[in-house]
Amino acid sequence: MKKTKLFAVIGVLGLACLSVFLISADHMEAPDVASTSTDIADFFAFEGSTPENTVLVATVQGPLAPMEQTINAQFDEDVIITFNIDNTGDFVEDLVIQAVKRGDSMYFFGPVAPIQTGLETSIVTTATRTVVKISDVDSAETTINNGMQVYAGPRRDPFYFDFNRFNLVADGAVAPEGFLPPEEANDFFEDLNVLAIVVEVPNSMLGTAPTHVGVDQGFFAPGALPDAYNIWITTSRKQ
Amino acid sequence: MKTYKIKVLLMAICTSLLFVQCVDDDDNANVINEATCDDGIQNADEIAIDCGGTCEPCEGAVDFSGNYSQEDSMGRPGVNTVFSGTDAVKNLYNRVAPSLRATLQTQDGQTQTFQVTFQNLLEAYHDVYAVALGLDPALVNYQANILGLDATQFTALLANFDALQVAPNGQTVYYDQATGVALTGRALEDDVIDISLTLMFGGADGVRFNGENQTPQLTTDGVSIGTRTYSGFPYLEAPILMN
Repeated sequence: MKKTKLFAVIGVLGLACLSVFLISADHMEAPDVASTSTDIADFFAFEGSTPENTVLVATVQGPLAPMEQTINAQFDEDVIITFNIDNTGDFVEDLVIQAVKRGDSMYFFGPVAPIQTGLETSIVTTATRTVVKISDVDSAETTINNGMQVYAGPRRDPFYFDFNRFNLVADGAVAPEGFLPPEEANDFFEDLNVLAIVVEVPNSMLGTAPTHVGVDQGFFAPGALPDAYNIWITTSRKQ
Repeated sequence: MKTYKIKVLLMAICTSLLFVQCVDDDDNANVINEATCDDGIQNADEIAIDCGGTCEPCEGAVDFSGNYSQEDSMGRPGVNTVFSGTDAVKNLYNRVAPSLRATLQTQDGQTQTFQVTFQNLLEAYHDVYAVALGLDPALVNYQANILGLDATQFTALLANFDALQVAPNGQTVYYDQATGVALTGRALEDDVIDISLTLMFGGADGVRFNGENQTPQLTTDGVSIGTRTYSGFPYLEAPILMN
């Protein structure tokens, strides 16, 4: 074995050990945001109740233990959760849907062009507002406005993963076996919750989708993948 | 009786008119032309009459002013957590806009792109298992995956274009083994961990390190959606409440 390779392996083992407990879909992934009100847990985007709608789901502050931790969990009034939509293929947000808590409600602004793109932003107060009462553990309040439907509140974490085994796999502690067979594997997130915001939005409000980035970049043959928006989520804290 | 009531009303109106006065003080010099926080009208950057903006906060009104700075970011599942490697790189990745992620960044004292960082880590994960199997790590490397992406292409797609691609017309799925449709969304049911592991360790046929023939099991974590079920809006299930 080459020495440089060996050092690289030792290095990775060390780094992987440091990374234990900071690995998941996005739950608690980076020390600066782990266990804070800006920590994103997960992001989903899929076809809605009709093919004309897209559903966007952002989960934050996860995982939450059942009972007290979930019942007491609160969205932070100083944090905007944003769905960023690129409909031109340059990975710069052309439209945003911003969600922010005020009082007992979640206010959704947009879809609308952002005031500015990039890391610094403010709320587009001139945009269409859709307001929903934040649900508690026993309710599911929803609002429909201009064809857009919204929800905010605690939900079961949809993410499933043998998180503890992954930490052992990543640092080589269970090499060479790797992951466990289904009867022995354990879904760490099975009985845990998150705070979620859900938006179902008509595609007509998102503009025309650009050429799929995989095709645009030449990774896939022309026509191999359908046109697709590029959508990501961000959390931003009031300065 | 009705006529009597109308007469009283008319008298009252006429009497009140006697008290109407005109004061000749409406010349233009007295028009309010400077907004203040006590002029009784909403002007300047106030969000209601004489409050909000640079005035005192409004009681009962909702204030959305202020500047916000990005702290966390997510496109595809697990990208930052699995490929950034160190705490410093993870923190940095969250604070670089997607359109700038292909540019050089100083990460842990090294100046390189996130794509190079990701590719090094992808190879390092393979080396861990090469060592455990008593093989030469130089000979156990990532092989082009089921999507036909080589190491550079795969890590470039992950690092430089980190968003969910969402198709407005058609199936929205992370990867559908049956149809081969890939990267058109992410449904709640999608087993993104198994898909990601297969893309990282499965090779061209998806079964390279699948636990058979003395290989480690690296293409599935063994867990599935379990007892979760999904229906209409808001789609996600009610929270778990028992301990």
